[in-house]
This record gives sequence, C-alpha cells and structure tokens, in this order.
Amino acid sequence: MSLTEKTDVLVIGSGFGGAIPAYNLAAGGAKVTILERGPELGAADFTQSLEIGGYTRIVDLIQGNGIQVVAGNCVGGSSVVYFAASLRAPSFVFNRRGSTDHRLWPRAISRRTLDPWYDRVEETLPVAHQTWDDVPYAGGLFAAACRNAGHTCNPVPLAVDLDRCTNCNWMLNGCRFDAKRSMLLNYLPAARAHGAEVRPLHEVQLITKALTPGYRYQVDYTVVNPNDYRIPAGVGSIEAKIVIVAAGTMGTPVILRRSAATLGKIPGAVGKYFSPNGDRVSMAVMDERRIRDVLRLEREPGVAYDAFPIGKPIGSMSYDYLNGQLPEFERFGLQQIYFPAITNILPEDGTPGAPDWFGVDKKLLAKKWRSWLTLLALTEDDNEGKWGALPPTGNFIRVASSAVISSLSYHPNAHTLRGFAASDAALRAIVEKDGLGQHLDWTGGQPVLSAHPLASCRMGDDPATSALTADHQLRGHPGLFVTDGSAVPTSLTVNPSLTIAALAERASPGIAAAARAVGISVVGDVPPPGR
Amino acid sequence: MIVPALSRRRILQIATAAAAVIPLLPAEEAQAAILQTRATMEAWADTMVPGERRYAGDKVVLGATPGPGAVQAGAWKLYNDPDVGLGPLLPALAALIDTEAITYAAGHGKVVLGFVELTFKERTAVAQKLLGGPPGPVQLVWYALAAMPILAFHTAGHLDTATAVRDGHPGLTWLGFPQPDDDGIWRFPDFSYRRALARTHPRTTATGHPA
Repeated sequence: MSLTEKTDVLVIGSGFGGAIPAYNLAAGGAKVTILERGPELGAADFTQSLEIGGYTRIVDLIQGNGIQVVAGNCVGGSSVVYFAASLRAPSFVFNRRGSTDHRLWPRAISRRTLDPWYDRVEETLPVAHQTWDDVPYAGGLFAAACRNAGHTCNPVPLAVDLDRCTNCNWMLNGCRFDAKRSMLLNYLPAARAHGAEVRPLHEVQLITKALTPGYRYQVDYTVVNPNDYRIPAGVGSIEAKIVIVAAGTMGTPVILRRSAATLGKIPGAVGKYFSPNGDRVSMAVMDERRIRDVLRLEREPGVAYDAFPIGKPIGSMSYDYLNGQLPEFERFGLQQIYFPAITNILPEDGTPGAPDWFGVDKKLLAKKWRSWLTLLALTEDDNEGKWGALPPTGNFIRVASSAVISSLSYHPNAHTLRGFAASDAALRAIVEKDGLGQHLDWTGGQPVLSAHPLASCRMGDDPATSALTADHQLRGHPGLFVTDGSAVPTSLTVNPSLTIAALAERASPGIAAAARAVGISVVGDVPPPGR
Repeated sequence: MIVPALSRRRILQIATAAAAVIPLLPAEEAQAAILQTRATMEAWADTMVPGERRYAGDKVVLGATPGPGAVQAGAWKLYNDPDVGLGPLLPALAALIDTEAITYAAGHGKVVLGFVELTFKERTAVAQKLLGGPPGPVQLVWYALAAMPILAFHTAGHLDTATAVRDGHPGLTWLGFPQPDDDGIWRFPDFSYRRALARTHPRTTATGHPA
C-alpha cells in the first residue's frame, strides 16, 4: 500500500458543480475532499472597490482567441462572483440540435425531468422571486421600454436574500452583506458539517491511475502562493475511489486533456464544443428627457433615470423570444444587466468613423455613464469553441493576478451570427422606439464576451460529439465524473447557474451508487442542506 | 523608409536589451530614459482617453477634449502597479510605440524622434494600426496597453474606490460615480420605481420562470 494520502471522493473545484455533489456525498456518509484552485474569502474580506489587487484575487479575466471569459477563482467558484440570476432553461432548449442531425442533450434529460432538481436547488439556495418593488431602476426602465415596444417583461428570480440586500451593485466583488446566496452560505458549510474538507489554493495538474488496490485515481496538485498564484508553494497527491471534476468550463477540459497521457484515451469531445452561452452584450445610452416624456418615469423630482450604478445588477428580462415555435438560433432571452466599469473598454461610441472604442467620442460617451443601460441577449450558439495547446501547468497561462491567457478559440459561425443579429435587432427596436435611446455595440477588443462558459466536456447520447454519458461519467473512465458547466451540452438562453446546479443535484445519487459499487458506505438519498 | 523593416520580435529584443542597460547608465542618462518612457506611455494614454492640457505648452497631453483624461486619472501609476505586471516591460513597449511612430511619420514625409511628437490625429492613427493587428500574443499586448489608461480613468484601478471618489478622482467624477455612505460603503435604500412597468409573459411559471 502506498503512503499517498487517500479519500473516498475527491472533488476538484468548489463552485456549483463541485459543492453540490460534495455535500450530497458527504451527507450520505462518504469521506470527501475538495481541492480548490483559488483562495477562501468571506463577507468580511469582500471589498467594494475596483482597485486592482482586490477583486482580481477572486475573478479571472480570461483572454482567448476571439473571446474573453469572466470566471470565479475562489472557494465557492463563480457562485461568489455571479449576479445570482436563477432561471430555469426553457423546455425547447433540451431538444436543441444545433447544426447537427441529432438531439444534443441526453434523451433522459428534459425540462420536466429536471424540474424536481431545480425545485431542490431553489429551496436550498434559496431563490427569491422579485416583485416590481424589488426591481432596481435599470430593470424598471428596461421593462417600461419593453412595454412601450409591445413586449412583455418579467422580474428575474434571484438567489438573493432581498431583506439583507442593500442594492449596492458590487456583486462581482463578492457580497459583503451575505445577501447573495453563494455556495459559501449553503452547500459548502453543509458539506463541511458532514466532514468534507475544503483545501483552498490547491491547483490540480493531473489525474493518473492509483497504485493502491481499491483506489482508482490519483490526483496531483500544486499548492499556490496566496499572494501570487504563479508561484508554487508545494506539491502533493491524493488517491481516491471516485473523482468529480468540477474545475469549471475553463479548467476541466485542460486537466482532463493533460491527463490523457496517464489515464489513457479520453473522448474527443473534451476541450471541444465550447459554448459561451450565446452571450451577446450590448448597451443603450438613454435619453433622460424621453424617458420622462414617453415612459413617464421619474425616480425623484426632475430625475427620470440617471441611475445606472444603482441596484442589483440583474432586474428584468423579456421572455418573448423564448418561444419554441421559432426556428433554432432565433430564440433568445433579453436581459437588463449592469456591468461594472471594469468592462467600460468594450462599448463602442456609436459615432461614424474610427476609432470606435477609445478616443474623444468614447470619452464623451462616458460622460453619460449614469444614463447607460447595459443589455445581455442570451442566444443559441453552435458550440464552435475549442482548445488549442495545453498550458504547461494549471488551466491557463497566468500573466498577472487575474489576467490569464487561454488557448480557447471561439469564432461564431453563420448560425450564431444570425442569432446575434436577430437579438441585436430586437433590442434596438425596444430601446430606440420613440427616441428613448441609442443602441450601441460592445465589441471593443474581442468580438465575444462571456460570463457563462459551457459545454467544453459535454454530456450526450452520441459518443462522437459528447464526452460524458447522461450520468455525467467520462466515457471509458468509470468513477470519473464531471458535474460543472462543462457538462452542459448547449447554450441555455438564460443564465446557466441554476441549470448547472440542478444537473449537479441530479448527478449526485448516481455518483453515490457508483461509490457504493466500489465499497464506499454512502447513501444516495439525502435531504437538502438545511432541511 | 528611414527605419529598416524590422520584425516586431526583433524590435522587442532590441528594446528589451536597451531597457536592461538603463540601470548601468550614468544617473542623468538613466533618468532621461525613464522620462522618455513615461512621456511615450502617457501620450499613448492620452490617445486612449484624451484630456485637457495640464499646463501651457504640454506636449504629452494634447487637449483633444475638455476635462481631464487618462493621464490626469493616473494611467502612469496603473501601468506601474505591481499587480498589473507591465512595469518591467514599459521601456521596451514605449520603444516599440516610438518606432511605429517614426515609421508612420516617415511614411508621411515627416521626421520625428518619437510618438510624443505626433499630432493627436497621427497618434490615433498609429494606435489604430497597432491595435488592429491580427489576433495573437502581440495584439494582446497592445490591448493591455490600451486597457490600462481606460481602467485608470473609468475605475481608478490603482486606488481604493471610496477614497478615489471622495477625493474627486477625475475619471470617476466624469462618470458621475456615486458617493459611498460615511463609512465608505455603498448602499442604495432608494433603488426602485416600485411599480409594475410591464405585463409579464403569459406563460411564466408560478415561480417566475420561462416555461
């Protein structure tokens, strides 16, 4: 027997995809160890500041070829830095085919079969249902503009304790009021209460076959310096009977592809079919006078809007184009969303002639910042992304504290561009009707910006185009599961966190069964945290 | 062409070597080299977010718009912020910008010694050329050099935000960034119009989701 440390279940990553099975397996009786690449911070550590060196400790800005991705890098993963919109994917999403000739989701998964798992997650986080009284000014303005253009608009369900929320608009930095319901407040403490151990600053490098009989896999990791993640501070290995990879859509395929040399052949879909969730960001610069005269909005005497930085970042959304009768690639959600000023490099100034995203006209656009309305269309892309050469260590090449370079390339094809064009036209028709505002592109620098990376190790029924079976197991590697956003087969037309969480809940009993099959004493039917 | 057509890689090698000898230079010459780097980088920052001249005869900030710009907002400090990690590369990158400026000017029948000597319109043209290159590591470097002055102006990325807003940071003031409460924390008790502003979708589920 080797002297390598051992555990029953090793979980790589502590975001939605890692924390949820970690809780379920630990509560069921298994010994669970979680390795998390980022640091552990809590409410008292989260700042309300845009100073580099603060939020950059927990947010990675990932530069690919043709795409920029924002992702969490801390205990709790992206749940710590997300904007908490918690929406169920519409029914038609599960029947998507993209440009293939087959259904991309496993036949076993539909909205109807996933609803019980959505229920469980919503109870646990929990998800609050905003009324119009809870929707901030920007969301109210978008709703009023939708109504003016003949559209419906809904308050967005949020994983936020609305009584605690101060509407400060600093969600990207982590919530200092513990109002945002991240994994730090539910699944992770519940997992720890059942004995799970969370190890921050542990960056997994490689999965190999274990030497000890009864243990299937060995996971090799580097401990990173808390002040500079580029500097290693130690190395180690753990053997496990079950491994759950939930390093995030940007991390999981890199770890698995690096491990192919030691694990043996891995499915070709690992590191392919990446989806940015069809994210299409744009904005409008709104006319305060027209808001008052046309929409009859006034937030205080003489002030119609002038409130871009106030509130929770996501307030309202139109479901009008989430219609299964429409052709694929022409269905999308239209959402009001606040982007912090760190993204202000991206808007184009809307004036004729170059330059579009810097210079005189861009500065003048910034003078109207409080009248901006930033918008997100969540469209149907065609899973065009793929990884190139692997970085020597970790998930990408870290240039500075949060600036990293990935070999992911993403170039939208004609199908995806059709969805972009259709959603642009829909938003333009809403915000420009009756001169309410001017719709502007956000394409400064890279053409695609996504905070919702998906599908880089996706599940499906077709082995040629999917890496995982419907139970989230990596094909050809029993006992190795993937439960993060990388497993989601397609873009969702809504923010993906609730679906990632529901899928992780759905996968957990099957993982427990696999654990029992290798001698771990664990039950698969456990109550949700807190019940 | 006055300047031979060197590859970017070769120019970077030369510039890096030049930067490496700065510590070996006599103090006055080293100081001049640093000032040259700063002038070029601040002229680049002024091209990204232009500002009014700081004093009569300002040759770095050209006054293309009224009000302060990226230089006044602290672009040079952000370029040198250890968390940004660009500091050691600045002499080399400034040399590359100067080289591009010299090439551009030569192509237009003009002799200059660096980027600072160009007009605002010429600086913009040079920046567009550098930023408009093919995707890849070189373009990412230029993109980072463009991002820093924009972040300095729009976020005061080198400062604590509450302190910066209270002290009247030029960029945050230009945006109208809200003031925090007395304890330096933002809270907005008044945040909503508090009325139904649209019909909800008829097929919305009981818990607010699309069907």
